[in-house]
Amino acid sequence: MNLMPDLQAPARSSSHLDALESQSIYLLREAFHHFKRLGLLWSIGKDSCVLLHLARKAFFGRVPFPLIHVDTGFKPPEMIAFRDRLAREWNLDLRVSQNAGALAAGETFPGGRLSRVECCTKLKTDALRATLAAHEFQAVLVGIRRDEEGTRAKERYFSPRDGNFAWNVKDQPPEVWGQFQTDFGPGTHVRVHPLLHWTELNVWEYIEREHIPVVDLYFSRDGRRYRSLGCAPCTGTVESTASNVAEIIAELRATKVSERSTRAQDGESEDAFEILRAGGYM
Amino acid sequence: MQSTETSSTAPAVRIVIAGSVDHGKSTLVGRLLHETGSLADGKMAAVREACLRRGVEFEWAFLTDALQAERDQNVTIDAAQIGLRTPGGRVLLVDAPGHEEFLKNMVTGAASADAALLIVAADEGWREQSRRHAYLLGFLGLRQIKIIVNKLDRVEFSEPAFRRLQEDGRTYLKTIGIEGAEFIPVSARAGENVVAKSPAMPWYVGPSVLEALDGFTAPLPLDDQPLRFIVQDVYRHGERRIVAGRVESGTLRLGDEIVFWPYHKRATVASIERWPVVLDSAGAGDSIGIVLESSAFVERGAIASHPRDSPIVSNRLHGSLFWLGRQDLVCGMHCRIKLGTQDVLARVATIERIFDPGRTFDGETATGSLPRHGAAEVSLELRRPLVFDRHERIASCGRFVVQMDHEIAGGGIVTRGEYPGERRETKSANVTESRGLITAADHASRHGHRGGVVWLTGLSGAGKSTIARALEGELFTRGLLVSVLDGDNLRRGLNSDLGFAPADRVENIRRTAEVARLLADAGSVVIVALISPYRADRAHARRIALEGGGDFIEVYVNAPLAVCEQRDPKHLYQKARAGSIRDFTGIDAPYEEPEDPEIVISTSQFSIAESTDQLLEFLLPRVMTVAGS
Repeated sequence: MNLMPDLQAPARSSSHLDALESQSIYLLREAFHHFKRLGLLWSIGKDSCVLLHLARKAFFGRVPFPLIHVDTGFKPPEMIAFRDRLAREWNLDLRVSQNAGALAAGETFPGGRLSRVECCTKLKTDALRATLAAHEFQAVLVGIRRDEEGTRAKERYFSPRDGNFAWNVKDQPPEVWGQFQTDFGPGTHVRVHPLLHWTELNVWEYIEREHIPVVDLYFSRDGRRYRSLGCAPCTGTVESTASNVAEIIAELRATKVSERSTRAQDGESEDAFEILRAGGYM
Repeated sequence: MQSTETSSTAPAVRIVIAGSVDHGKSTLVGRLLHETGSLADGKMAAVREACLRRGVEFEWAFLTDALQAERDQNVTIDAAQIGLRTPGGRVLLVDAPGHEEFLKNMVTGAASADAALLIVAADEGWREQSRRHAYLLGFLGLRQIKIIVNKLDRVEFSEPAFRRLQEDGRTYLKTIGIEGAEFIPVSARAGENVVAKSPAMPWYVGPSVLEALDGFTAPLPLDDQPLRFIVQDVYRHGERRIVAGRVESGTLRLGDEIVFWPYHKRATVASIERWPVVLDSAGAGDSIGIVLESSAFVERGAIASHPRDSPIVSNRLHGSLFWLGRQDLVCGMHCRIKLGTQDVLARVATIERIFDPGRTFDGETATGSLPRHGAAEVSLELRRPLVFDRHERIASCGRFVVQMDHEIAGGGIVTRGEYPGERRETKSANVTESRGLITAADHASRHGHRGGVVWLTGLSGAGKSTIARALEGELFTRGLLVSVLDGDNLRRGLNSDLGFAPADRVENIRRTAEVARLLADAGSVVIVALISPYRADRAHARRIALEGGGDFIEVYVNAPLAVCEQRDPKHLYQKARAGSIRDFTGIDAPYEEPEDPEIVISTSQFSIAESTDQLLEFLLPRVMTVAGS
């Protein structure tokens, strides 16, 4: 028990963060209760780092389920170093998954003449699929948020994916008064989204309040920084001078640039992201 | 998609946009997003491009209708949630679908909202879905509702047309208990009265939609209400047991004495934890952990209160229900009731005052089956006592969902039920009232406990008869009315005409259950010791007992077959192995383990005294509970 009674409780003035945190913790505990084989999808980005921190809070310092990192092989090296450091320091049960077959065969973008969307499907969705099958996960915790993108705006906290990984967006289960559907047919797994109600700004405010470590790539270097982290070939930077969390918060309060604007796969077609998500992408 | 926002320390007010299909909900939301500068750069251009590709005029709705199927069919399928900048700060809009097919998505969107805009198109007027949505908003507990009369451009911005719709609306809304709602005339497509006052409607002097949004307020904190702490789980960290859960209402303080219901366990709060810090107190909405001074046994589903402000505990639930199920709800159906973290099997006892909120109140019927998208007053018989509040008193512990075939098929509001304190008042007020029959409550009040059936099932030699006799003694010395029905004894008398063929086994159990029910109805705690190997038979026994209004507690007296065979007190296993008796449970006839017994007693791990204590600890609070309706 890593309890530190001498620490002061957070000031009550940040009540909106307390409310967000409480709701997420409630969801994490519900997921843990309902699914014996549960994992947390850790992309090493800011959102899943917040999710990881919330998991430590929900279970009083000990994360009682494994973390899954879908490593496409194209992640910036800083992310991998950060991942391994945290896994060691926080004693995390980390399972790295990779579509080694596709990488070996060169079935990637841009080298392998796949489109960006096809490459995402191979290296992320298929790798995730293999990991879920290997460990027989019934559910995975994913740090997506409604404000990121239009189809995510329509997501559920407990969102089923069928045996083909498909998201049946036309017939989602109702969620009312904190009650969620958790029993589905065989072959179905559930994406649990404890951060769904957070915004990008909330995430950074919370990182600031809780001193949550994030990869340095988010901070400005030579006038540019990563707003959203993905694979190196498909993720760009934004112009920014924000070199610490407080400056990022100030920047976000003023910007009109969307968070995923630097994620090239989204822009391949009008429905690129929906196609990815309907096929099992996060 | 939306990226700019201001942040305040207060949570944003959540506003659902409801109303019939094609009345302009998504168009209004799109307009609002654009005109308040809430959209990210490039969003308008992307939508313009998507419209061009489809060869349609610019479609505001595409800003939230992000799915291809939504854009292709021009209909909102699922609710989108999106932040909006307002002069007053930031609100969250929930753009709900208006098509009847997607009503469950509207309910999902609206259930989490603090306020609502209900949109009615001026040319079409009040439609079935407008009325149904209005009803649902009220049902879901929304009290801040404003009506947007949209598409005024289609009726030449006519004031009389607006007034007519307003009168129609007020008349209907009054019948469902919504009064004083403000009406705002708008043309969302033309942008009239959305952000700024419209010169096209000089006769209108009220607020624009944007001003109206800022008029909504966030819900008041519930810290001053009676304490309700719902238990999600108990985590063991070494020697410490942390009770993890959420304060639904009220305030929990260090050192408080609290009671966990339904089993009436008292405990003192030794520590309140929100890792990595400890707190002096926690308020409504806080997800925390608590450590108790004594090691009271607490489990998921329990609700804690302060001793003087206890919730209702009952195995009857009365409420208003809104039905979303794929099949009609009919009396006698079995379902699960979920309330907080409680999950209890239930049977539908009565369905009354069925009506369709989409049409009018004339269609009210006395009783029958409840169709999809209808509402009714229902009562449910629960397999275990449920802890709850009346909705008007504590909303979050006064609402439940009905789950059928693993799906959430309905939502309910608790309308009746007596708090422990009220019961005494009701009784003293009714002393002159004559009653037609002696009820279970009358028996309970004479004996000081409720009647019920304690059904011990398990293999021969598991210890059912021994535990039954020990439990009988414990209850008798505590002054309870108790009787034992032992399988072997019954077979010598009442059931002496029955053998061991399947039909005879069924009849044996049926008769035993009927006798148990009669005794339980007369106020007795009836302990039945019977192998009863089949789930279906035990379920039947449960139905019989519950029909009588008594409690039914299935106790799985569990010991491994090898242990039972070694004990073999009646030498029956020996005979079965030798082949001199046939169809012997566990040897050449199956034993179906209970899937969801109220309690499991492991006699191979615990002594008779320990086993009896475990059973007693479970049973006593349950039969001594005289509260409830």
